[in-house]
This record gives sequence, structure tokens and C-alpha cells, in this order.
Amino acid sequence: MTALPRSTGLPLLRPLGNILRALLRNPPSAFGLTIIGLLLLIALFAPLLATHDPHAVDLDNTLRPPGGGHLFGTDELGRDIYSRLVFGTRITLRIIALVTVIVGPIGLIIGTASGYVGGLFDRIMMRITDIFLSFPALILSLAFVAALGPSLNNAIIAIALTSWPPIARLARAETLTFRATDYVAAARLQGASTLRIIVRSIMPMCLPSVVIRLTLNMATVILTAAGLGFLGLGAQPPLPEWGAMIATGRRYMIDSWWLVTFPGLAILLVSLAFNLVGDGLRDALDPRQMTGRAMP
Amino acid sequence: MTAPLLDLRGLSVLYPGEHGATLAVDNVSFTLRREKLGIVGESGSGKSTLGRALLRLLPQARITAERMTFDGMDLLSLPERAMRHLRGRRMSMILQDPKFSLNPIRRVGDQVAEACRIHLRCSRAEARERSLAMLEAVQIADPRRVYHLYPHEVSGGMGQRIMIAMMLLPEPDLVIADEPTSALDVTVRLQVLRILDRLVTERGIGLLMISHDLNLVRNFCDRVLIMYAGRVVESLPAADLERARHPYTQALLAAQPRIGGDRSPLKVPERRADWKEPIGPQP
Amino acid sequence: MKPVDVEDLSIRLGDVPILSGIGFSVAAGECFGLVGESGSGKSTVLRCIAQLMVHWQGRIRIGGTDIRRMPLQERCRSVQMVFQDPYGSLHPRQSVRTALSEPIRIHRLDRPQERLERALTEVGLPLHFLDRFPHQLSGGQRQRVAIARALILEPAVLLLDEPTSALDVSVQAEVLNLLSELRRRRGFTYVMVSHDLAVIDHMCDRLAVMQAGRIVEILDRAALIGNGARHPYARQLIEASLEHERGR
Repeated sequence: MTALPRSTGLPLLRPLGNILRALLRNPPSAFGLTIIGLLLLIALFAPLLATHDPHAVDLDNTLRPPGGGHLFGTDELGRDIYSRLVFGTRITLRIIALVTVIVGPIGLIIGTASGYVGGLFDRIMMRITDIFLSFPALILSLAFVAALGPSLNNAIIAIALTSWPPIARLARAETLTFRATDYVAAARLQGASTLRIIVRSIMPMCLPSVVIRLTLNMATVILTAAGLGFLGLGAQPPLPEWGAMIATGRRYMIDSWWLVTFPGLAILLVSLAFNLVGDGLRDALDPRQMTGRAMP
Repeated sequence: MTAPLLDLRGLSVLYPGEHGATLAVDNVSFTLRREKLGIVGESGSGKSTLGRALLRLLPQARITAERMTFDGMDLLSLPERAMRHLRGRRMSMILQDPKFSLNPIRRVGDQVAEACRIHLRCSRAEARERSLAMLEAVQIADPRRVYHLYPHEVSGGMGQRIMIAMMLLPEPDLVIADEPTSALDVTVRLQVLRILDRLVTERGIGLLMISHDLNLVRNFCDRVLIMYAGRVVESLPAADLERARHPYTQALLAAQPRIGGDRSPLKVPERRADWKEPIGPQP
Repeated sequence: MKPVDVEDLSIRLGDVPILSGIGFSVAAGECFGLVGESGSGKSTVLRCIAQLMVHWQGRIRIGGTDIRRMPLQERCRSVQMVFQDPYGSLHPRQSVRTALSEPIRIHRLDRPQERLERALTEVGLPLHFLDRFPHQLSGGQRQRVAIARALILEPAVLLLDEPTSALDVSVQAEVLNLLSELRRRRGFTYVMVSHDLAVIDHMCDRLAVMQAGRIVEILDRAALIGNGARHPYARQLIEASLEHERGR
């Protein structure tokens, strides 16, 4: 495979500013972008923002309501919920980042390759995709985690394994339209190999819709991760994962509402933010808005 | 001489945009009687915008004119309801590709009949009779069979004849044809044009033919307006097109290859600023 | 300079024959026209010669060599194609520089910068156009870039698929002049498809009239003006084109 030359990297930078500007012009996506920005900052400066050690057990101060030194109260072991939420952003971001890094390329490669090559290869790949798609994502993740053993990393792998098929489907559908274009015919006439055509001509065209889909997917990823955490199959105690926090807080929910409310709100807010940004991206990545209309 | 059907004076169409407004049509004036008037120009000359502006089909644009009347009615101040009554009934439009103008999931005959029922308020049976007669008038050999076909089952030439039938059925006074034959093959093109010609002449319809094809308007129209950069730069009888005086018109004629030509390099127009200046008698 | 020979070319799509028994030969340095109406299969002939379609029967030779026996690299350097729609034939995310560098990289040619500049100069575009993207070019400029891309591999044969039918008359004149001049200067063999007989007459020495996947007649250019065709369909087509040009 040839290394991507500078010329494909550069033109992507210029529209990036335009995309950002388009996202900020639209209030919902600007809101989403702000939340995601805050999330990144909180994760980065977690040690500075946290008021307590997220793992410090203080059995004298269990189940304290919000206020009085503990902004969001304390849990059943006396740990500061605010600090745990702050450190939980790191786990959430880690899940999102790893899942995206695994799912994006897998989906893109499988989708573009089977769309472009076609024939038997396409049929086999799409049947495999169908098999993965025919199970609900959470059930399939559950099965994977049950087989691999419960841990945060296994949860990430399980989520990744269940969320590539829609991306692959999308990339394949897009590829089918692009493979018939004259510029792909021209590339074939120049003797470009199949790999080169997929990487140089087809992938850049599929990228916008894959990025949009991935962003919209992040909300689902967060929810699935929280679901796995809640079921005790994701992050293990004492890690401050939001889903796991709700799971343990559930037993004290009637008397101590703050144990589930704050992690729940955090999950809601972040998944909403990613959805809004995904919607905004869909509008912004309209090719006619990618770069200014500069005609000679 | 009768009053003109269409009387335009100083028509301008402005598209507001982020990077400043674009003047697509710039101070155009002409009159149209019951005749065939051709508008020629290259892409971006504003010819299609002009046609759509007459029907007020440009929601984004700002249309201004000193005078823009159709049969004595002021098109600029007419309320939208009255405009809707005009469109289709008294002014209709034939577009380039019948594939995009016919509804793909309805039988073509029903679509023609619907035009009849909406505009002429006739009964279902009468609409059907009239549609069949009209399909026959556009020289469709077997109108009863074609009536029941879907748009994808008819050829391009047949589709365009059906469009013509549909547009002429309500007996409009003005037909705007925007590149009506550009999507058709050359042998079919002549056939469709002859049909359009006959119907327009027989029924005394005013026709505005918008095209990029100089040969087409010369052969088909009575008068030709040449548009360049949003302006009408020259207006002359179609028969005199070869003797055009405006440098842009001359350049366009010289840039065209001809069968049996001498194969010397074609003259490539050098765009000049003074081309925007009109020449000859202004209507 | 290489001749092109097509013998008994046929292709079917399922049970439907798209081309049947197509045969013609184009001398080295000649411009040969294929005319016909939509659906006559004229573009398909070019796609078969270019090996963009592979499931055909028959024999196609370029410079005496069967194109099926030609190694890929040699084939690319023998025959290139210019497409109809200049808006669809350039990759929208690739700059002119990238589009023109691709063939140089694939074939590992030496002196890339020099080749790039020469190709662009040859089609009459200034060098600063290298860093433009297709959406920053007009239709005529795009078609020039597409021609430059075809020239980079220095092929002997250029297949022209309606190269000007999406362009305005004045831009068509520019592109036709450029193509004529390139042929005069570099001795290319052209196979040109068009529905416009005036364009074919201006460019080509001989032409084949196609109908429903067959060649009905091969004519000299001189036969056009007086309509010297014998086959009824060819006569009808030429008659209609003459009438369109001259009026009744």
C-alpha cells in the first residue's frame, strides 16, 4: 500500500475550518460541540477539577446528599460523586475513542472493498455483515463479554465488534455509486490497482458519510457501554464508570436519588451532544458547502 | 396590430447570496405577440432564469421590472392565487427532459387527463376523450395503448410529445419551451419540432423558445433574441441570423463546426467587455 | 502512431445483445468517428477498446497487438480515454496536481515535475492551475485537465467519448481546436464518438454509423455533405443532421 501523499491531507485541513464554522452557526450543533469540548477539557484537567480522590472510601460520610463539601453528594462507600463523574469522563472518552478507532477503519475497509470488488467476495462479506446485524447490539455485546470475561477493555472490544456492520453497509452502498463514475474509470485506465483505487479514489468520497455515521453512533456506544457497566459486564468496581455508578446506586435510589441522577444526567447530556453534532455534520458536509464557491 | 401578449420592459432578476447578489437577468425588454420567439445564449446567460421569472417560479430571486404584463395583466403585482390560475392554464412550460417532468408512478394518459380536468373543469370521461384526441394530435400512432403506459415505458421523443400534449391541452396563450429537444436524438428532434410548430401555428399560441442551439432557433422561430451575461445584446429576424451584426452573435456563429466546413481551426470567441452593449433596433 | 483494428466485437448483457459484429480499422494517425443515436452502443465500443468492459467476444488490436495479450502497463501507455462529462471525470477531492501525478506515480515515470508541467502547457493551461480543484474550474478547463491526464502517459491512441457535448458552443470550439492541434503535432490516432455530425465532420476522416449495436455503414467524410450514404438509416440520420443545420 502506498503512503498517503501530502496532497490528500492538505485539502482536508481547509474545509475543516469551514465545517467547524458551519457547526457553530447552527444552535443545536453548537450546543453539542460545546458539551463535547467541555467533556474533553474536564477529562484533560480531571485531577485539578476533582475535589476528592474518586476512589477514596470514607465510611463515616456515606450517602450524603448534595451540598456541604460534596457537590453531588456521596455514594454508599462515602466516595464523592462529583469527583467520580469528573474522572468518569476519561473512561467514557476512552470507550468512544477506542470504539471509533476500531470501527471506522474496519467498516470503511470492509464496505469499500466489498462494494468495489463485488462478486463472490461481496456476497460473503455482506452475509457476514447480515449475521452481525441480525442480533441486537446489546445482546451480542453481552455474549461477547460473557465469553471474553467482564472488563472495560473487553466491553470496548465487544461494542466495536457489534457496531462495524452498519458502517460497512453504508460504505458499501456509497461505493456502489462511486465505482460507476468516470473518474474511477479514468483511474482504471491509468493502470491503478484495485487497492489504489479504493484507497485514493473511493475512500475519500465515503469518508464524510462514515464520519457522520460514526458521530451519530457515539451516542449508542455510550449507552451500550453504560448498559454493560450497569449489568456488571463493563468497567469493574471501583472504576468510576457512569453506567456502573448507576448500577450500584440503584439499590439506594429510593432514599438517595443523587446516586443515579447525576451519572444518568451525564450520560444523557453526552449522548445528546454527539447526536446533535452528528446531525450538524450531516448538514455541514454537504459537498457544496465544503469549500467556498471560488470560480475563476 | 394587436396588443402584445407579453410586454417586458427593464426586467431584472437578482439572486441574493452570501458573497453578494448575482444579477442573472439585467434590464431585459421585449414584446411577444402570437409568434415564435427564440432566446439563444450560452450557459450562464440568464436565458432559463428569464423563462422562469415570467412564470414567477423563482422563490429565491428578486424580480423587478418597469413593466411586465401578460395579456394586459401585471405579472409583478398579481396575487399568487391569480398567478396559479395563469400557470398551466394560460401560460405553460415545456422542460428539457420529460423523464423529470412526468410523474414516474402514474400512467401518462392520466397525467394528461388531469391537466385537462384541473384547468378546464370537465368531466372524467370528457377529459379522457380530449386527452386521447390530443395524444393523436401530437402524432402518437396508438393513443389508446400509450394512454395506459408509465413514463419509463415510453421513449424520450414520445415522452416529450406527451409533455407537449399535456401542456397544450388547456389551450394556453403562451408556451415557454426551455430546451425542449436537447435531450432528444437528431432524427426525433425534427419530428417533435414539427409537431410543436404545427400546433403552435394552428392554435395561434405565442411561443418563447429558449435554447443554446443557433441552428434550432434559426430554423424554427420567427424572431431571435441573443442573450449574453444577462442582457439581450441583439434582436433580429431568424432568417437574418447569418447577417448578425453583434460581435458576440458573430463569434457564436463562427465557433460552430458545420458539415462540409473547411476544417480550419474554429474561431474561439475572445470575451470582450463591450459585448454587453446591445446593438441594432431595440424592441 | 498505432493503428486500431476491431474485428467482430460483440457483447451481451444477459440475453440482450449490446453490440454485435462490430468491425472497423483505423489507420495510424487517423481520426475515426462513431455516430449514432442514444442506445446505439457507440460509447460501449470505446469502453471495450479501453478494457473498461471485459466480457466481450471478438478481437481488438492496437498497433497489431491483441489488447488482451498486452500487459496492463503497456495497454495504459497505448490507449487513453477522454470522457463526456467533465464534471464527472475528475475526482472532486483531487487537485489538478494530484490528478496528473497519479499516472506518473503508478508507472514510476522519471522527471515527474517536468511531465506535469508539459502536459498542462500542452493543453494550454497556466501552471498555477496545478493547485486548483475541479470545482474551481469551468467546464472547458476541466475538459482540458482531463485531456492533459490522458496525455501524461503518452498514449498512441485516444478514445474520445463525446468530448464536447456537455460544453457550450464557444468552449466546444476551443476543445475541438486543441484536439485537432494535438493530433497534428503528436500524431495521435483518435476514435471519436459523437451524436453531432458537424463535430464528426470537422474532426474525422471516416466514420461509422451505428444503430442498435451494429455498424450499418462506414462512410468517408466526403459522403456527408451530399448525403452519399446507401443504408436507409444512415441516410435518414445524415438527412436529419443536414436539415437541422440548414433549415428546410
